[in-house]
Amino acid sequence: MTKVIKSLALGAAVLAAPFAATAEGHGDTLNYVLVSHAPDSDSWWNTIKNGIALGGEQMGVNVEYRNPPTGDLADMARIIEQAAASGPNGIITTLADFDVLSGPIRNAVDSGVDVIIINSGTPEQAREVGALMYVGQPEYDAGYAAGLRAKGDGVGSFLCVNHYISSPASSERCQGFADGLGIDLGNQMIDSGQDPSEIKNRVQAYLSANPETDAVLTLGPTSADPTLLALEEIGLSGDIYFGTFDLGENIVQGIRDGVIEWGIDQQPFLQAYLPVIVMANYHRYGVLPGNNINSGPGFVTADGLEMVEKFAGEFR
Amino acid sequence: MAEASSTPSDERVKQISPLRRALIRPELGAMVGTLAVFAFFILFAFDSGMFNSQGIMNWATVSAQFMIIAVGACLLMIAGEFDLSVGSMIGFAGMMIAIFGVTIGIPMWAAILITFFLCISIGALNGFIVIRTGLPSFIVTLAFLFILRGFTIFLPQMVERKTIIGGIREAAEGDWLAPIFGGKIFGSLFIWLGDAGLITVFERGTRAGQPVVDGIPMLIVWALVLVVFGHVLLTRTKFGNWIFASGGDAEAARNSGVPVTRVKMYMFMFTAFCATVFAICQVMEFGSAGADRGLLKEFEAIIAVVIGGALLTGGYGSVIGAALGAVIFGVVQQGLFFAGVESSLFRVFLGVILLGAVILNTYIRRMITGER
Repeated sequence: MTKVIKSLALGAAVLAAPFAATAEGHGDTLNYVLVSHAPDSDSWWNTIKNGIALGGEQMGVNVEYRNPPTGDLADMARIIEQAAASGPNGIITTLADFDVLSGPIRNAVDSGVDVIIINSGTPEQAREVGALMYVGQPEYDAGYAAGLRAKGDGVGSFLCVNHYISSPASSERCQGFADGLGIDLGNQMIDSGQDPSEIKNRVQAYLSANPETDAVLTLGPTSADPTLLALEEIGLSGDIYFGTFDLGENIVQGIRDGVIEWGIDQQPFLQAYLPVIVMANYHRYGVLPGNNINSGPGFVTADGLEMVEKFAGEFR
Repeated sequence: MAEASSTPSDERVKQISPLRRALIRPELGAMVGTLAVFAFFILFAFDSGMFNSQGIMNWATVSAQFMIIAVGACLLMIAGEFDLSVGSMIGFAGMMIAIFGVTIGIPMWAAILITFFLCISIGALNGFIVIRTGLPSFIVTLAFLFILRGFTIFLPQMVERKTIIGGIREAAEGDWLAPIFGGKIFGSLFIWLGDAGLITVFERGTRAGQPVVDGIPMLIVWALVLVVFGHVLLTRTKFGNWIFASGGDAEAARNSGVPVTRVKMYMFMFTAFCATVFAICQVMEFGSAGADRGLLKEFEAIIAVVIGGALLTGGYGSVIGAALGAVIFGVVQQGLFFAGVESSLFRVFLGVILLGAVILNTYIRRMITGER
């Protein structure tokens, strides 16, 4: 029994360690919380974490990153309620589902916390919940622009590898791309799941069942990395037109190798970094930009890759 | 069984001091754990907003969510079976409400009743397959985890071409049954508390001056009702004894006349009922159903039950323990955010607590049963 008590005491000491570090952070400094809808497994959000960390460091404010571990949006609503209850100066949050999140966000705004919407949602929705501004890349428009570009390159059919099908924003990218091409989306969008080998196998299965497919569109590193492998295995690398949303190390390598035509960078770093800068200046000096900020879309091609490559997965 | 042990004058029954009898119970570990967890957060996060009205409502709601599914999972586990389809059932039930109530547009009360019927039927099907085939419930319900999740993604895509269906709150307006899941009670009490300055009020916006907490959500009421129901059923009725017997040794129970098949069947249906209650409360509060709702909730239910002192092998456990397990889980999950712990460490804490709880519970159970 004493052994148990000893191990519990040790556990308590381990548990207590992180608090000691944050306890001195309270006082006059500004506290901001960033809440995302991403599950723990989505590595793309690492750039967001680095973005707020850098913003917080440069402005001398406290920043925290929080997310629902499984990506369940109802859990995210609770996290926003919790963040509001802890009384920060500002909350930076995504608006992945207006129905679920608008209530908690509006309550936070009404209880005196300033909110900036990033990444998901629309500028209209951001205004409706009473947020200061919206920082992000309108999803449908970005998909549409990509579709127009691909149409110019002679693409007539495609496969959209959707690894996050439960988010409406993901489907909008595919829909926008189809509309940009001027074709019907139909069943050209597949639910690939999040597991790399499943994604790889599903892409291969689709492409062998539909050999006339002109192009592949992936929605981020989660689906792009396995798709790169899939294309290499069935000998379509460089042959099939391959475009992707977002960047990552393998995507950048793919662009350099000529396998990927372009990557759409929505510059997540700016979505995390700018809100911290904007809010800190707003809270200190009362100055606020007069409009929303579009962090993307930007097409990254083989030209000028050096800087992108250097910071891929970290700040890009 | 219950009558025999409560007769004190029998000299064959070993004498136990009242203090020992009061302490030695399945939920002792969870009780100690609950006190420890609260002491811990009062010490480290007292001024973080965790114990103001908004903060209390936040972790209380999360705990109540766990409690609702933990009660079902607890009784089923004591009866010797698992249900891994709870999380998918939550997503499925929510989606059914949305499809019937919004897409098809039948009155919300009818959508709720149809959803209950559908989900409890699926629970019964789970039980039927487990009992008929003799397969482990682990495998059968794992199959339903995938089947239900698949339908939850496929059906809304087929009828609405999207995976989140909104508009449930509007569709439920004026309905007589919906407020039982999505409503709030004691609203006027909170307005009074807000006016009296006892709880904070909104500073700005259209609701300025109203209290930040405007009532007790029905979710919490459901959780308490289910816990009381489960506890009474398990400890005060013949059926409760049958549950223990079915989980302890099904063959022996059957030989002594316990309707094991029926007991297990009912427990699968009750688990499905709890998951459906969870889902309906959720869609009524948030106004939309999503294909990703309820992911991994089956494990959270099982974790709460295990923290509460139940045995994975069945035949032993307590509903009160499971409810306390849910409170521990909810308070720790939200409390870590309040205390400002790096959120990626959450799972580490969860693992440590789970391990600690199981070790403590094992010691307590050995003290009770005298096993070595």
